[in-house]
Amino acid sequence: MRDRVRSRHLVTHVVLMAGALLMVSPFLWQFLTSLKTLGESTRVPPTVLPSSPEWGNYSAFFDVVPVGSMAVNSVLALVLRVAGQLLVASLAAYVFARLRFRFRGPLLAGFLVVLMVPPQLFVIPQYEVIRTMGWLNSVQALALPGMFSAFGVFVLYQFMRTLPPELDEAARMDGANPWQIYLRIILPLCRPALAALTILTSLFSWNDLLWPLIVNTVPDRMTLPVGLATLQGAQGTDYPVLMAGSLLTILPMVLVFVLLQKQFIRGIAMSGLKA
Amino acid sequence: MRPNRYPDNAWAAILLAVPFGGLVIFYLWPLLRTVLLSFSEGTAFTGYTITGLGNWQRLFENGDDVWRALVNTLVYAAIVLLGVPIAMVIAALLHQRGLRGRSFYRTLYFVPVVTMPVAVAMVWRYIYNGDFGLLNEVLDAVGGPTRAWVADPDTALYAVAVVGIWMALGTNLIILAAGLEAVPQTLEEAAMLDGAGPVRRFLSVTVPLLTPSIFLVSVLSVIGSLQMFDLLFIMLGRTNPALADSKTIVYLFYEEAFVRNDRPLGAVIALVTLVVTLAVTAVQFRLQRRWVTYA
Repeated sequence: MRDRVRSRHLVTHVVLMAGALLMVSPFLWQFLTSLKTLGESTRVPPTVLPSSPEWGNYSAFFDVVPVGSMAVNSVLALVLRVAGQLLVASLAAYVFARLRFRFRGPLLAGFLVVLMVPPQLFVIPQYEVIRTMGWLNSVQALALPGMFSAFGVFVLYQFMRTLPPELDEAARMDGANPWQIYLRIILPLCRPALAALTILTSLFSWNDLLWPLIVNTVPDRMTLPVGLATLQGAQGTDYPVLMAGSLLTILPMVLVFVLLQKQFIRGIAMSGLKA
Repeated sequence: MRPNRYPDNAWAAILLAVPFGGLVIFYLWPLLRTVLLSFSEGTAFTGYTITGLGNWQRLFENGDDVWRALVNTLVYAAIVLLGVPIAMVIAALLHQRGLRGRSFYRTLYFVPVVTMPVAVAMVWRYIYNGDFGLLNEVLDAVGGPTRAWVADPDTALYAVAVVGIWMALGTNLIILAAGLEAVPQTLEEAAMLDGAGPVRRFLSVTVPLLTPSIFLVSVLSVIGSLQMFDLLFIMLGRTNPALADSKTIVYLFYEEAFVRNDRPLGAVIALVTLVVTLAVTAVQFRLQRRWVTYA
């Protein structure tokens, strides 16, 4: 019996390992290519290992596009969007989950409707709003619409509803006002949900293409994904440099994922998002 | 004195001011504006005036581009949906009791989910290259067909969809794994005592109990697929001969609204996306009654 279980696990491991190899092989190929010369990268049949590693491809990436400012833009946009989204979403979620007020239903419906509508329906007017404010090619342009995303409100609202109502009642008896209850009682209890939201919002922000592509068109103001896209347009055939650049831009999120795996997975399971 | 049904009106107004203000400016007003734009004519310089059904008429009289993009998007979504059974098998394998290295595997399968679509699309484009791509070399070695996968109108969309499956696998896996946790172990054991083999147990016990999770994953997968843009934008560059036949609806939206700057047509396309998304989701919820069992 035990032997049968073990041999079955052996088959399982072979299948899972083969699958895992398929999953990561594009990244291995990306890494190997990033160290090849241009000639090696287009040879037939392909060279598997570079004859001598060309680390210069990585610095070449920095010479072709303003990678430094693009990385700064990506980071600033992420920080602003995450901070804004946490504040905005937690406030709204708190009000809907814990307070009793007029028009609660219709106002909540306003947030939920937005959740069900594909993003393209907002994009053109959002662009017009940003342009009217004179904010095209700015960091706030990258972060603003996402800060007010109803997605965060929904995730936190679901979580806050599960907290026992006695918490608020006891605090009110002690004379706390709703703002104090939000800040001192509810928010600290929401740490797991806030962590999940932080991770998902960071992921959306870092990887997003369509919105940054539209609002920030000056190279210095672009984010990394847009920068990569223009790099491909300009040097479409210098594969080693393209692979080096793309590897560098995915590295931060992969590292964060490896470190915070549990929170990542909980975030996905909690919201079922990022399909 | 009657107790106040709404004791928190003032606080709600104060605390909701910023979130609701942002919602109105960036989401609710845009929604209305997009609908109005779809009935308007003009350019960014002249401004837009409401003129009636002209744009919609254009859509129905010579909107071949839109219809083709719509079909492409649905085909893409259908192919990516094939990733759900794959994820089910892997989730079931990972779920076996006493399996070592579970979190190791989970990490590897999940990596594509956190990587930037733009970046991985560039890698896949290189792998798919018709002249010196890795895929052709591998296929050539085993005697398979070789071609310029993403430059050929017959295969480009399918090639992109394979990447879509690859990227979504981790997400599907996580949701299905959470569903599997909820399946009572005792049922599996009972089936085992009755002499059912692993495959039989998977099909007759696990899958029926997992149908609510499978349904959720399918709905999310389709909604996500209908939004596909990044992969296509990178894997099929603007000069790609297969692009004209392979555009998805969001790609077409981007092109009309922000490359050709035909905002009213862009608004029409966006609204078409809304209708299609709602319709497809509604169909899925309808069909759910036939195959999803809630224990």
